[in-house]
Amino acid sequence: MAYFLQQLINGIALGSIYGLIAIGYTMVYGIVGMINFAHGDIFMVGAFIALIAFLLVLSLGVTLVPLALVLVLIIAMALTAVWGWTVERIAYRPLRESFRLAPLITAIGMSIVLQNFIQVAQGARVKPLQPVVTGGYQVFAENGFVVNLSNIQILIVVTTVVLMGVFWLLISRTALGRAQRACEQDRLMAALCGVNVDRTISLTFVMGAALAAVAGLLYLLYYGVIDFYIGFVAGIKAFTAAVFGGIGSLPGAMLGGLVIGLIETFWSAYFTIEYKDVAAFSMLAIVLIFFPSGLLGRPEVEKV
Amino acid sequence: MSEPVKSPSRHLQAALADAIIAAYIAFALFCLTLGVKTVDSPRGLMLLPRPMLLAVAVGSVFLGRFVLNLLWWNRSFRLPRLPWRPAWPIPAVGRYGTQYGGMLLLAAAVLFPIIAFTLNKTLHLGLPLRYLFDLSILVLTYVMLGFGLNIVVGLAGLLDLGYVAFYAVGSYTFALLATHFGFGFWMCLPLAGLLAALWGVVLGFPVLRLRGDYLAIVTLAFGEIVRIVLLNWTAVTNGPNGISDIPKPTFFGLPFSATGTQTFASFFGLRYDPLHAIIFLYYVILGLALITSLVTLRLRRLPIGRAWEAMREDEIACRSLGINTTVAKLTAFATGALFGGFAGSFFATRQGFISPESFTFMESAIILAIVVLGGMGSQIGVVLAAMVMIGGFELLRNMEWLQVVFGQDFDPSQYRVLLFGIAMVGIMLWRPRGIISSREPSILLNDRSAVGGRLAKEGRA
Repeated sequence: MAYFLQQLINGIALGSIYGLIAIGYTMVYGIVGMINFAHGDIFMVGAFIALIAFLLVLSLGVTLVPLALVLVLIIAMALTAVWGWTVERIAYRPLRESFRLAPLITAIGMSIVLQNFIQVAQGARVKPLQPVVTGGYQVFAENGFVVNLSNIQILIVVTTVVLMGVFWLLISRTALGRAQRACEQDRLMAALCGVNVDRTISLTFVMGAALAAVAGLLYLLYYGVIDFYIGFVAGIKAFTAAVFGGIGSLPGAMLGGLVIGLIETFWSAYFTIEYKDVAAFSMLAIVLIFFPSGLLGRPEVEKV
Repeated sequence: MSEPVKSPSRHLQAALADAIIAAYIAFALFCLTLGVKTVDSPRGLMLLPRPMLLAVAVGSVFLGRFVLNLLWWNRSFRLPRLPWRPAWPIPAVGRYGTQYGGMLLLAAAVLFPIIAFTLNKTLHLGLPLRYLFDLSILVLTYVMLGFGLNIVVGLAGLLDLGYVAFYAVGSYTFALLATHFGFGFWMCLPLAGLLAALWGVVLGFPVLRLRGDYLAIVTLAFGEIVRIVLLNWTAVTNGPNGISDIPKPTFFGLPFSATGTQTFASFFGLRYDPLHAIIFLYYVILGLALITSLVTLRLRRLPIGRAWEAMREDEIACRSLGINTTVAKLTAFATGALFGGFAGSFFATRQGFISPESFTFMESAIILAIVVLGGMGSQIGVVLAAMVMIGGFELLRNMEWLQVVFGQDFDPSQYRVLLFGIAMVGIMLWRPRGIISSREPSILLNDRSAVGGRLAKEGRA
């Protein structure tokens, strides 16, 4: 029981990070109808920017951890958002009216470019960071097994919940959110009604990248080590989460993230850790085959 | 865009403003990622500022954008017209051009090793033959993989990002059969192909209902699953250590060895030369690639090939015309996987050693890039793209002279994959249909009014 509870806590923390990345996939898919294959690597770039910003802030003499974290968060979100914007501007916008697979292929190219850019610029070695947020609470003890709820796990879940709330308000209550939903339904009609479609799509990428940067920062704090390759696997898992929750649905992405995080954690805990990625990837195939519209998504109606 | 024609000074101003914005963006992109390097030190990670590199990066973006604005995107300024117009795009050469071009390429490929070998022997040119042959074999392997994937992606329009899984299945089939049961290459080749094709069907079944992007992601997941299983199933695959001592193919039972009673050299009364084995491997892969190409060309004209192409153009229309898309998809997957398995088997025998390292997603991406950049569905496009891509990789490996410009610790080969990615994006933006585009179906009804009862009765419409 205690073991189970501990795994549940770990799984929710991990799932929150996946959920944050998944939002980027789901928003972009909803609005442009393409898989932003490079999004996982945007997350990785975000994690690197967060790492460097953190070291920079420390070397500038900010030793108060909460202040440093807020500064890093702002820097990472801002700079990663520029990356997201640039990727869209260079690789996707010119191909928006091209055939369907074209942007997917540039997306794969962009993913390779981002990975190798970071590898060349920052080196291929893993980058460790000393634990920043330490401590925690002992929640529950049974037969000598103590269930820990660490501060970083609390931070992850709280940050995720707050950001989810903010984004939900943004999508449902603001003019930008209305424009996004309009573009999602019918891009041409939205343009005719005076919505600046290009700007709306760009902002969608910017928002997705900013959230990916938050996920990157949390990942860095949680695991304490990153490398240029983390984006690939995390990206596929987050995409699985987005599909699982129903692509295009914001709460669905979060829910899917949690489910994938839990599956992965429990698989590692009770079966074999080597095959945890296999479990997540098989989940993707199973979900797509049996529930193509996901848990909270609308079924896709095909019109001829 | 119908902007009013600007006066030159206004244009200069606009270009400058645009370039400054681009420089700002470049600064935001690169200030932390490029301007600062994280280095290991005893006290944890340290930061090493690189202001010069950052300045160069931002400056080149500024200059590049400025020049492009002034010259390329400026309609009032025209580059001086060339006296001749470059013959581009290549399809302008016409159907015969590509046909004869293909013939020429084929002749060159067949004759190249013999001519190079004999010339080198008789004239003592001292060419690095071994290196040249190895490189050609590598290029041909990718050509073959490209042909195989072309069936799935180019003809049937199913985007497969996990093609390397079948390559891996072929490789491991041969490696395991050869090392455990002592099977030879020629016996294993069909077995490996059939097993890979079986896997193609097995993996094809679940994804029948998926299309487009979803299909791509699921095939990618399958590719990764196969790699992870190969990595962790140590009892069978020997895990990350891979399988070594895979035997080389024999020439109708004659081994290519220096010693022994019945060897290739002694049977034909030649002096032993290690190049014989490599030339033989070259012809094996050339033959395999040609078979793949021929089969594809013939399949395209069969009903199943036409069904693939119809499915690529419009799946719903295809289904409503009574074509069984399930069968069409599965056969496409199986045929593509079959050739992937052949290529994998060849890869194993050539390398003599395989490990899961050789079957990463990057490999799938390279093969896909060859198919897409060559022009989906085009055979000669695949050949050219494979030559350019793999040759380009090799060129970068041999660019030590750049160290003179960039300093001693400059290693050009580390930029290979980065440049590959940039080329993939760039070519796609520049020519989304590939370098040589040939997407039109093999069989088209030119005369629309002729779609009548006569053709329908013959099963042609």
